[in-house]
Amino acid sequence: MDAVLERILLKVQKPARYTGGEYNQIIKDKAEVDLRMAFCFPDTYEIGMSNLGLQILYGAINAQPGMWCERCFAPWGDMEEEMRRAHIPLYALESGDPLTEFDALGFSLGYEMAYTSVLNMLDLAGIPARSADRKSLTPLVFAGGTSCVNPEPMADFLDLCAIGEGEELDVEILTLLRKAKKEGWDKPRFLREAARIPGVYVPSLYEPSYNGDGTLESVARLEGAPEKVTKRVIEDLDSAFYPTKAIVPSTEIVHDRVVLELFRGCVRGCRFCQAGFAYRPVRRHSTAFLLEKAKAALENSGYEEITLSSLSTSDFKGLGELTDGLLAWCEPRKISLSLPSLRADNFSMGLMERVQKVRKSGLTFAPEAGSQRLRDVINKNVTEEALLNSCRIAFEGGWNTLKLYFMLGLPTETDEDVVAIARLAEKVLHVWREYAANKSRGVKITVSTSMFVPKPHTPFQWEAQAGVEEYLRRVKLLRESINSRSIVYNWHEPHVSLIEAALSRGDRRVGAVIEKVWRTGGKLDSWTDYFSLERWLDAFRSCGLDPHFYADRERREDELFPWDVIDLGVTKRYLARERREAYAGRVTPDCRVKCMGCGADRLLERGDCDE
Amino acid sequence: MNRILFAKTGRAVFISHLDLMRTMQRAFIRAGVRIRHTEGFNPHPYMNFALPLSLGVESRCELMEFALEGEAALADLPGRLNAVLPEGIEVLDAYVSDTKFKYIKWLDIEAHLFYYNEVHQAEELAAFFARPELVTEKRTKRQTASVDIKPLIAALEVTDAAPNELLLTARLSAQEPSLSPAQLLAAVEQLAPALKPDHVRVKRLEVFDKDMNIFR
Ligand code: SF4
Repeated sequence: MDAVLERILLKVQKPARYTGGEYNQIIKDKAEVDLRMAFCFPDTYEIGMSNLGLQILYGAINAQPGMWCERCFAPWGDMEEEMRRAHIPLYALESGDPLTEFDALGFSLGYEMAYTSVLNMLDLAGIPARSADRKSLTPLVFAGGTSCVNPEPMADFLDLCAIGEGEELDVEILTLLRKAKKEGWDKPRFLREAARIPGVYVPSLYEPSYNGDGTLESVARLEGAPEKVTKRVIEDLDSAFYPTKAIVPSTEIVHDRVVLELFRGCVRGCRFCQAGFAYRPVRRHSTAFLLEKAKAALENSGYEEITLSSLSTSDFKGLGELTDGLLAWCEPRKISLSLPSLRADNFSMGLMERVQKVRKSGLTFAPEAGSQRLRDVINKNVTEEALLNSCRIAFEGGWNTLKLYFMLGLPTETDEDVVAIARLAEKVLHVWREYAANKSRGVKITVSTSMFVPKPHTPFQWEAQAGVEEYLRRVKLLRESINSRSIVYNWHEPHVSLIEAALSRGDRRVGAVIEKVWRTGGKLDSWTDYFSLERWLDAFRSCGLDPHFYADRERREDELFPWDVIDLGVTKRYLARERREAYAGRVTPDCRVKCMGCGADRLLERGDCDE
Repeated sequence: MNRILFAKTGRAVFISHLDLMRTMQRAFIRAGVRIRHTEGFNPHPYMNFALPLSLGVESRCELMEFALEGEAALADLPGRLNAVLPEGIEVLDAYVSDTKFKYIKWLDIEAHLFYYNEVHQAEELAAFFARPELVTEKRTKRQTASVDIKPLIAALEVTDAAPNELLLTARLSAQEPSLSPAQLLAAVEQLAPALKPDHVRVKRLEVFDKDMNIFR
């Protein structure tokens, strides 16, 4: 290792984040590699290494002969400072080579608050932030991930966006890039050709124009770019790459365990949930496949914990069979099993006992809204009775801490709905008093709220956000409505939610704001250590834009959206219908009960959803 | 008690002591060898390291003892573990020993001292360490105490390694009391600041008992 870097690593916090060398990292012989990609995660090592998408794509790309995918994360502030002072460019962990030596940099954009870190990482590597300023073919800078469902705010910085699931798509993009390199194409030619790959969005081939009121007027397409870019999905999950040799970090990360992905998509259709619509239709792994992969992943990692991960894990058909099979294998090996994201409605005694067998972990339910009326509006099909019943089972089973998540500022929310959150928490407390197995240890019920962020590609994409002041008024109302000392109320700060709302439904002009924020010191904005509301508001002002135009403006039903070019399967017509149903307080059955024709089945070759 | 001798070099020097325990635990599981756990509410594995290694220091003489569930062939263990350890950690030997870690007394180290802006001769540093006493300030939580570290150095040699690099080898008291390489170099900084290197790379070479026999 370079002596300068070595000296720096002795000065910074948690240096093992910056060294690579972990078990299961992939090192290839450069002489046998003709395409090098760096998977860039615009957040810390601890967050990025916990990301299942990283482990999947890292494995899938490295499974290709001749391609070598390495990893790169955003350094924490102390490391960045030392690197800049010593003129050490940002490097990939496996080889230690600077990012400028790579053919492609693929950024994972999971949430909007990571945008500034993308620019900062490029700058740390000595690479211009704007796509137009990068004239040569390589390094190609692209992105994928949930935030790309509206790629426009980052359009000026990315050469292309990979829309949807990346296992096949990323490999296709890299294969074309390899060809382009060999044949000496220039960057415009490559981008033109890449735009023909289904799922590839090339921002520079689209030119938006705006109305006097700031809304989008039209988008001109250049050089035969497709009218819509349709999301890619893996139709048969069992036949796609599945990571069973995940990199095992040598230092502690956020999710330090095996993550077992059961299925993608969600049958529920909660109207606020972007993931619920963005990942449709539901595709699942078979139980036998999962059991086999889980064992392999545990054996290859040495982890002593496995967690089942999916949008709504308890909706998995055959969950009982799967957990029984896993426990039979895990228990004698003292491996614990955890089940996050349980729904409160079908939380059965049997399931709880299975989890309890190995280790008691905290229990979280997310009713999202306090009143049945509002839960119907958002299509969160959880009844109070079902929730209380689940709580009863939990308390009888010996749990004595429970977390309840809610959103404030949902469309149509009234003060009664806010107060209903307090009443619901009290009912949960009452259930504890009546049924707790052991009352001597007391109970702690934590109520958390955050400000609702309307997201693109959901039925609420037309909605205005409640606004910071209104949110804080409702927080105060809720706080004053909670009377028990066993109920703890935590509210999330609304300022990040405001900026998140402005970015998530932003148009291409918002890119200038992101750049301004970064130029004035912004990075790692999902960390309170770094986020500055002032910096964002100043940047909006100096770019002549208003964050409230994006965050708290209700849209006309026929407004053209910056993200309309992206087709996630679910149609805008369906979303509009769902919005009307929301206002009518009518629930929509889930896909297993009845197919409501959302449009996502078009993404499957087979033509219809199996749920 | 079962014991392994292992080296920690290269990128692995940045794995902290706490992380090393987790890393070893997982490596044993991957190797299919189960470490015995304590009974009770919060079971933890029976594993114990001889002299915790500071971040950034290389070593080829780390010792870890452990208890196993059931039997395992110790002769196979280095191979099995090395196949599943992260880069830079290498098991050199596995054996049963009845010695106790508290009988480790001396530690051999080597330190490469780099001077970026000036050139120093080995004799200068050797002369410094040849002083009859080396009284340094040692800061503890509440007070600073003066200690003469000279009796804690059993042997010390300095040679010229390169124009701006000196090589120091020394045998230091490993425990009760211990003199770490960092403390040894702190003495240079305190008592002869002109000789303070810009960068140091330290490696542990071997451990000994009080009679200067290699400790295993
Ligand atoms: S097409 Fe029907 S079954 Fe498939 S995701 Fe949409 S609503 Fe559900």
